[in-house]
Amino acid sequence: MNLFLLKRFATFIATLIGTSLVVFLVLEVLPGDPALVMLGPDANEDAVAALRDKLGLNQPAVTRYLEWIGGLVTGSFGQSYSYGVSTGELIVERLWVTVPLALMAMLMTVVIALPLGIHAASKHNKAGDVVVMGVSQLGIAIPNFWFGILLILFFAVQLGWASAGGFPGWDEGVLDGISALFLPAIALALVQAAILARFTRSAVLDVLREDFVRTARAKGLTRRAALWGHAVRNALIPVVTIMGLQFSNLLAGTVVIENVFQLPGLGRLVFQAIANRDVPVVRDAVVILAAKVVIINFVVDLLYAWIDPRLKAHDV
Amino acid sequence: MPLLEVENLTVTLATNRGPGDAVRNVAFALDRGETLGLVGESGCGKSITALALMSLLPERARIAGSIRLDGRELTTLGEDQLCGLRGDRMAMIFQEPMTSLNPVQTIGRQVAEPLILHKGMTRAAARERALDLLDRVGLPNPAARLDQFPHQLSGGQRQRVMIAMALACDPDLLIADEPTTALDVTIQGQILDLILDLVEERGMALLLISHDLGVIAETTQRMMVMYGGSVVEAGPTAEVFARMAHPYTRGLFAARPKLGPATETPLATIAGVVPELADLPPGCPFANRCPLMIPPCNDGLPPPLPMGPDHISRCIRARELVASA
Repeated sequence: MNLFLLKRFATFIATLIGTSLVVFLVLEVLPGDPALVMLGPDANEDAVAALRDKLGLNQPAVTRYLEWIGGLVTGSFGQSYSYGVSTGELIVERLWVTVPLALMAMLMTVVIALPLGIHAASKHNKAGDVVVMGVSQLGIAIPNFWFGILLILFFAVQLGWASAGGFPGWDEGVLDGISALFLPAIALALVQAAILARFTRSAVLDVLREDFVRTARAKGLTRRAALWGHAVRNALIPVVTIMGLQFSNLLAGTVVIENVFQLPGLGRLVFQAIANRDVPVVRDAVVILAAKVVIINFVVDLLYAWIDPRLKAHDV
Repeated sequence: MPLLEVENLTVTLATNRGPGDAVRNVAFALDRGETLGLVGESGCGKSITALALMSLLPERARIAGSIRLDGRELTTLGEDQLCGLRGDRMAMIFQEPMTSLNPVQTIGRQVAEPLILHKGMTRAAARERALDLLDRVGLPNPAARLDQFPHQLSGGQRQRVMIAMALACDPDLLIADEPTTALDVTIQGQILDLILDLVEERGMALLLISHDLGVIAETTQRMMVMYGGSVVEAGPTAEVFARMAHPYTRGLFAARPKLGPATETPLATIAGVVPELADLPPGCPFANRCPLMIPPCNDGLPPPLPMGPDHISRCIRARELVASA
């Protein structure tokens, strides 16, 4: 077990170093001078030069990279150019929106997709299957920002059941926070649930063709009992992989929905920071996103070992 | 009344090229304590016959004829009642021990499952009984095996687990579909001996399916040779081997590899290939590969010709064949 953790930790560090290098290099070669962006196109040259000096932009790239990494390791984050506060503070504040949003969307995805996918597989090529497949095809085809707008029009504008956008902050009460995230979570979950339902269906169908399911039926189990007792857990092994990818995706890729619903999430922060050439925010946020993805993959691996006893014997 | 009576069993499968009869007009009877062998090459309908007996055919398969277990007609029985019989009154051992056990469940749980299902045992009682069963099938260190997973066992050990599982509820009928084909030769004999011991000990009826004439000869009292979905020859095992009253039986016998120093002569084979299900001719299915074929062979499935006590052959030239040998 310790060796397993050690290996994992090494991968974690290597991934972060790789990500930081890529982010740093990309920001290096991107056109656009942060000092110029901050002071506006009409600023005089002396002021721009002074700001460049103050921001340390005149130092060699290697020095700036090492300083940045040194800061991350010792926990002293850089200052945001445009907000004037520590990037760590900014990112943590935004994570309090993005992480709960992603969790809610993932929860909805799983609750909707797994039962539908399993049901579709058990009714293979019959009415239930055809309906689930048709609806999921629609779910994949609908762009989530458009679906988000529809949700706002219907539930917020017409019915007035939910807020149309914005986020009150968790200080206003957990329920208010959840209700502000509810519609965006549905908008995000629709596509993911459609994908996961289709994937679950085909995973279950594959397992239903396995010899051990026939063995279970030969023991006298009904179709249903063989499905739930023997097929589902085996089918979960590939399904969990997809769930991990989807959750990573939700954590990093909610920028469109955050914009539609005016949510102060991490995606929106990165989006604005890129537009403003707010280099410290962009690079720290991306490294933190990468860290989250690696951590999710680690959790997925732990789930594998829990579902499939064959894996415990090997890697761990 | 025999335990198992099969009459005019025909199974039609949906294939890519239209429906085809995988099993045609198969009839036999089997009683408790009897062993019946079913032999033939891949695709001849052996496994489909077995699955038809268990009512576990693929969804789009159609079944005609009659299967009676203890006088009870199975072909018209509802799914619930069939579930009550499977694993309890009739049980099956499959060919592939590597894939026939659930990889994510412990051995103990899988062996205990039919006991909980059919005998209404508690988990603890079923576990106790599973331990006895694993011990009976000769699994080394059975107590430790209960909590192990299939991947921790060898192929032979897994097949012992399959046997324990099949025997859990003391079935009347045991169907073993190529139970030793996937195993090492040294293990094959042990597993066959174990099955025979258990059949004798519990007075079960055994239907043993194999492509291996040697296995059939050593294990069964009666045998059926199957080709193209039909039983082409059937009788007491010793009689069938002594007379071999069908050209296909002779072909199978000649094609078996023999022990001894390597010789220059290649293994004997039967020319041609097994016809596809959708292409089965209306006449004798073996006609297109048969060295003795004459025009009347194609006039319809040859009727069973009595060759001796309880011995039949579906070859119109069977008498000539036996006399010429």
